[in-house]
Amino acid sequence: MHFIKNPKDFWAGILYIAFGIAAIGIAYNYPVGSAGRMGPGYFPRALGIILIGLGLILSLRALRLRGEPLSFPTFKPIVIIIGATVLFGLAAPKLGLVVATIILVIVSSTASEEFNWKEAVIASVGLAVFAWIAFARGLNLQLPVWPWFMG
Amino acid sequence: MEILSHLALGFSVAVTLQNVLYAFVGVLLGTLIGVLPGIGPVPTIAMLLPITYALPPVAALIMLAGIYYGAQYGGSTTAILVNLPGESSAVVTCIDGYQMARQGRAGKALAVAAIGSFIAGTFATMLIAGFAPPLADVALKFGPAEYFSLMVLGLIAAVVLASGSLVKAIGMIVLGLLLGIAGTDVNSGLQRYTFGIAELSDGIGFVTVAMGLFGFAEIIVNLEHRGKREIFTKGVSDLMLKWHEFKEALPAILRGTGIGSVLGILPGGGAMLSAFASYMVEKKLAKDPSRFGKGAIEGVAGPESANNAGSQASFIPMLTLGIPPNAVMALMVGAMTIHSIQPGPQVMTSNPDLFWGLIASMWIGNLMLVVLNLPLIGIWVKLLQVPYRLLYPAILLFCCIGVYSINNNVFDVFITAVFGILGWIFVKLECEPAPLLLGFILGPMMEENLRRALLLSRGDATVFVTRPISAVMLGMAVVMLLIIVAPSIRKKRDEAFHE
Repeated sequence: MHFIKNPKDFWAGILYIAFGIAAIGIAYNYPVGSAGRMGPGYFPRALGIILIGLGLILSLRALRLRGEPLSFPTFKPIVIIIGATVLFGLAAPKLGLVVATIILVIVSSTASEEFNWKEAVIASVGLAVFAWIAFARGLNLQLPVWPWFMG
Repeated sequence: MEILSHLALGFSVAVTLQNVLYAFVGVLLGTLIGVLPGIGPVPTIAMLLPITYALPPVAALIMLAGIYYGAQYGGSTTAILVNLPGESSAVVTCIDGYQMARQGRAGKALAVAAIGSFIAGTFATMLIAGFAPPLADVALKFGPAEYFSLMVLGLIAAVVLASGSLVKAIGMIVLGLLLGIAGTDVNSGLQRYTFGIAELSDGIGFVTVAMGLFGFAEIIVNLEHRGKREIFTKGVSDLMLKWHEFKEALPAILRGTGIGSVLGILPGGGAMLSAFASYMVEKKLAKDPSRFGKGAIEGVAGPESANNAGSQASFIPMLTLGIPPNAVMALMVGAMTIHSIQPGPQVMTSNPDLFWGLIASMWIGNLMLVVLNLPLIGIWVKLLQVPYRLLYPAILLFCCIGVYSINNNVFDVFITAVFGILGWIFVKLECEPAPLLLGFILGPMMEENLRRALLLSRGDATVFVTRPISAVMLGMAVVMLLIIVAPSIRKKRDEAFHE
C-alpha cells in the first residue's frame, strides 16, 4: 500500500476510529439525556466522536507526511507469552498453582532464542517450589496448590 | 511554625517500628524488582501493589512510596551498570553513568546517585510539606466546573510535555477515559461496556491495565530484539568519593535539586524533563564541556538529583488536587481508592495522620535508599548478571500471581493478557501508554464533574469559561496546545528531544 506514507500513524488512526465506532455502537442503547441532565450515554458518545475525529486526522495526515515503516521482526514472543499467560489462567483453578507455574515457565521460556529444555525444566521446578512456599503459604493465596485429583 | 508541628505529627506516625519496617520492605522489594533490566517503576509498582492490599491504609501507602523510591533507584543502578534505562528519565543517567562504569568507577557513580537522590529527596519533602496545605486550601474552593477544567489542563499538560505525536497522545487519553468508565454507572446503575460479564461490573482493574500495557508489552518487545548486554561491575565496591570528586558533584546535586523541584510539579514528563534540563545546565556551566559523555561525575549527580526531586514533587498535584501528573501517580491514586481514600484536598483535613505520615515516610524512604542500597550493591549486581532468558519467565509468573491475587480470580489474568496484546500493538504503532493510564484513572472523575457542572448550570456549557478559575485553566490548556502546534516551536521541541 504505497499511498500510505506513514504506516505507524495511519494504523494508529484506524485503531482509534475502530475503538470510537465500537464505543458509540455499544453505547447505542444507553440513554443520552441532555447536557443539563446527562444520561449514561452522553459522555461515552462524546468521547467516541472525539476519538473518531482524532483517528481521522492521524490517518489522513499519514497519507501526506512520511514516517518509518512498521517492523515485525518476529511474532514468536507475542504468541508464546500471551499463550503461556492464558494457559496459566486456564490451568490454575483446576490443576493448581504448582502445575500451572511449571506450564507457564516452560512454555514462556521457549520464546527466547537461547531456549534449552534442561534449564527451563530446572527453572520451572525451582519457581514452582518458590511459588508454593512464598505465595501459597506466605501470602495465603486462595489457589489450590495441587491438581484436583490429588487433593 | 505550623509546618514543624505537621511534620512532627507525620514523624510520630511514620516512625513506629511497624511502619519503618514496611518502608524498609518496600524499598527492598522495589529495588529488587526495579533493578531487573527492562522493568520500569510502573510495572514494578503494579506487580507489588497486591501485597499492600491487606495492610492498613497508612502502612500500605508508606510501603508503596518505598517501593517507588526503590524501583527508581534500582532503575538508576541498571542504567549505570548495563546502559539500560528502565524509564525515560533514566536515559540521561546512562550517558555518563555507563561511561564511569566502563572506566571502573561504577561504585562512585552509584554512590553519587544515591547521595544526590537523598539530598534532592530531603529538599523535595520539605517542599511538599510547605506547598501542599496552601494548594489544598485553594483546591477546596473548587466546584465541579473548576475540577473538570483542572483535569483537562492536567491531561493536556501531560501530553504536551511528553515526546512524540500530540494527536496520538490525546487519542490515547480519550481511549483511556473510555476504558475508565467501563463498569456500573454510579448515577443510573446501568452497566456500561461490560458485555454482561459479572467481573466487569466494577470496571476494569487498573492493575491489570498497567501490568498488561507496561509489563507484558515490555517483555514481548525485549524478546524481539536480541542484543548482548555488557555489564561493567569493576570498581563497584569502591563507593567512597574522593574529596575533589565530592566538590565537583555537590553544586551539580544542588542545582539538579532546584531544577527538579520546579519542573517536577508539572504534569507529564516532569521527572524526565528535569533530568534533561539538569544535564544541559551542567554541560553549559562546566569549564570543560568535552568531559561530558565520557564519564563526568556531574553528568550523573545533576540529573539523578533532578530526577528524584522531580518525581517526589509530582506527589504534590496528586496529594493536594487528586490529579495524577504521571503514570506512577495514577497507580498511587488507584491504590488509595482501593483503601477507600479519595485523593484530593480533603485528605489533608480528613486523614491528617495519613497525609503527614506519608510525607514523613518519604524522607525515611530516601534515607533507607542510602543506608540499604549502597551496602547491598553486591546483591543487585548479582541479580543483573542473571541472563534474561531465566529472568523473564519469573517476572511473568510474579505478574500472573500478582494479578490473580487482586480478586482471587483468573479472569483478571485473561484481561491482563488482552492488555498485553494491546500494549504490544501500541509499541508497534509508537503510541505512548502513559497518557492512556492517566485517562483511565481520571475517566470516572471527569464524567462525574462534567455532569455535576452542567447540572448546576442547567445545561449551559459556558459555565466553564464564565467562572474565572475554570476559564484561566482552560485558557492555559489552549495556549499550551497552540504553542506545540506552532511549527517553529515544534521544530525546536523535536530537536530538544533528539539530543
